[in-house]
Amino acid sequence: MAETLKVPTMAEYMAEGKKPEVLFWVGCAGSFDDRAKKITKAFVKLLHEAGVDFAVLGTEESCTGDPAKRAGNEFLFQMQATANIEVLNAYEIEKVVTACPHCFNTIKNEYPALGGNYEVMHHTQFLKALLEEGKLKVQGGKFKGKRITFHDPCYLGRGNGEYEAPRDLLRKLEVELVEMRKCKSNGLCCGAGGGQMFKEPEPGNKDVNIERTEQAMEVKPEVIAAGCPFCNTMMTDGVKGKNQEANVAVMDVAELIANAHDL
Amino acid sequence: MQIIFQVLFLIALIAGISFFARNIRRLLRNIKLGKAIDRTDNKGERFKKMARIAFGQSKMVKKPVSGFLHVIVYLGFIIINIEVLEIIIDGLFGTHRILSFMGGFYNVLIASFEILALLVLIGVIIFWVRRNILNIYRFLSRELKGWPKNDANYILYFEMVLMLLFLVMNATDYQLQLNGASYYASEAGITGSFPISQFLLPIFDGMSNSSLILIERAAWWLHILGILFFLNYLYYSKHLHILLAFPNVYFSKLKPQGELNNLQSVTDEVKLMMDPNADPFAAPAEEDQAEPDKFGASDVFDLNQVQLLNSYTCTECGRCTAECPANQTGKKLSPRKIMMDTRDRLEEVGEIINTKGKYEDNGKQLLDDFILREELWACTSCNACVEACPVGIDPLSIIIDMRRYLVMEESAAPNELAIAMTNIENNGAPWPYNQQDRLNWAKEN
Repeated sequence: MAETLKVPTMAEYMAEGKKPEVLFWVGCAGSFDDRAKKITKAFVKLLHEAGVDFAVLGTEESCTGDPAKRAGNEFLFQMQATANIEVLNAYEIEKVVTACPHCFNTIKNEYPALGGNYEVMHHTQFLKALLEEGKLKVQGGKFKGKRITFHDPCYLGRGNGEYEAPRDLLRKLEVELVEMRKCKSNGLCCGAGGGQMFKEPEPGNKDVNIERTEQAMEVKPEVIAAGCPFCNTMMTDGVKGKNQEANVAVMDVAELIANAHDL
Repeated sequence: MQIIFQVLFLIALIAGISFFARNIRRLLRNIKLGKAIDRTDNKGERFKKMARIAFGQSKMVKKPVSGFLHVIVYLGFIIINIEVLEIIIDGLFGTHRILSFMGGFYNVLIASFEILALLVLIGVIIFWVRRNILNIYRFLSRELKGWPKNDANYILYFEMVLMLLFLVMNATDYQLQLNGASYYASEAGITGSFPISQFLLPIFDGMSNSSLILIERAAWWLHILGILFFLNYLYYSKHLHILLAFPNVYFSKLKPQGELNNLQSVTDEVKLMMDPNADPFAAPAEEDQAEPDKFGASDVFDLNQVQLLNSYTCTECGRCTAECPANQTGKKLSPRKIMMDTRDRLEEVGEIINTKGKYEDNGKQLLDDFILREELWACTSCNACVEACPVGIDPLSIIIDMRRYLVMEESAAPNELAIAMTNIENNGAPWPYNQQDRLNWAKEN
């Protein structure tokens, strides 16, 4: 890929006196993590493909405060939230889409009480809506017939009751969707939530991501589909830990759609 | 003679109910040691949730075997309680099967009680086998060693004995009716229908009426005294869920599970910090002289009343622990233990109040003396425990409140987490990358 992506910022829109229809909240992982940046780019390509009028905050974006809140640092969380809400409200943001279920949950559920009220969508929900509006064409492609299992992110699934949007998208790709024995509301965590991503696990007999990867391997998938940059990292590490990286890919739903059509 | 039994019955009934009332008062007093929380909104939705999850057992049946058996025992207990009503009236007024005026319907009732009693008996025996013989993960945890395991078994034995007494009582009553014994037999024919206990008749074959009366009366008395005893055992056991499951589900969180509450005490501080007009040196106003709110929870007093109700409602089934990713991978965290510890500490505090009239510090608290830091830090906040609980308990909220105490009152986060938080504070991301580089990805290939 030689061409650089066109990623407009809110500041640029503001300078032109315009407002985009949706803000793409990239999140820390999507901005800095090498693996997650690929998901960010895939999603941006899909936004362009569907002709969505969007912008990012760029250097004005900051951590939502989710890991701080779940680690118990309510103070830091509210500092982050208050500062972010000031920026979002200054730009008169109404609609937010993000590829991170943690950002999604925090902005959607925990910002309103602090003065931040927006319509917030997870990128799988947003892509599904684009599909239904006919703006995005998703059909078959190179993953057609491939055996794919979807790992539910806790903060999308149990946290917010969304189990079907990512699966609907996978069905549109005409993949062979197989479910792990622990899925949807019974899905097992990847092990990254609640601040665990940033610390060593407590003593035990196994890492959570290994347990989850083993559950995924039971259904013999060619691809483990994820909808969260942290789950993606944990499952990728799990697959590597099992020396299966040559046989099993871990990909975000947005990447699957973008790759299916060689975007 | 009869009147003596009626008086004895009345005394037993009053004693049983008043002791029960005393314990319920203590329970409510202990729950009120927690912080007030408003869960009186959305009454309609709350009733629906209670009807679905508590009354309708919708989460129980997610595990089909134990769920199905539990529904039988649950239905048995609810329906057989109609019979207890008759027993109480008979006991007080010296009547025999007072409800038999309902005729054919009465026979249907007694027959269904009998069938349910047998099913409950079978169900409870299977429960015992599951707990004691089959190696079921959630019944093997360390927090079940000792009293909790015995407690669970006592409850099962109790239910077995109560059901057997009920059937023996009916069988001997039936035989006495067949024998035409006075007081038992009625001119209208046999009152009640005995599809199960009729098979016990051979045991009593050839017994005199007086022996039969002795057995019937003994079974009748032991059955009702057993029920009164069981009612009072509840408060000392893990079995309060048969009463508290309903209010517990009613008062459970209606918001998305992913949402954690925002601490108002923190919001106030943050607002003050962000307010350019705030005077940092201003003396606090008169009315603000009270001790500032503690951040998070280190003891039961810092938890809210719903969290404390949760702890009394927990029946230690362990579905939460079986679903917990930390527990499955050998970490010390067990959401069930979080609930059991909370209740144990609350009971300890309650006991101090019972003896001394008010709480006096006994040098213990919920944190460290009951719940370990290692347990709290193993949580991934995935909500699997909350989802799994058949009665709407939220162990995660307690874990988060205790983490809040550790971080905001003690600065005691694990080192790597403290670094991630410092990064968020300094550069707006949990990793040490500059905020100014946040859009670099757009220019990279």
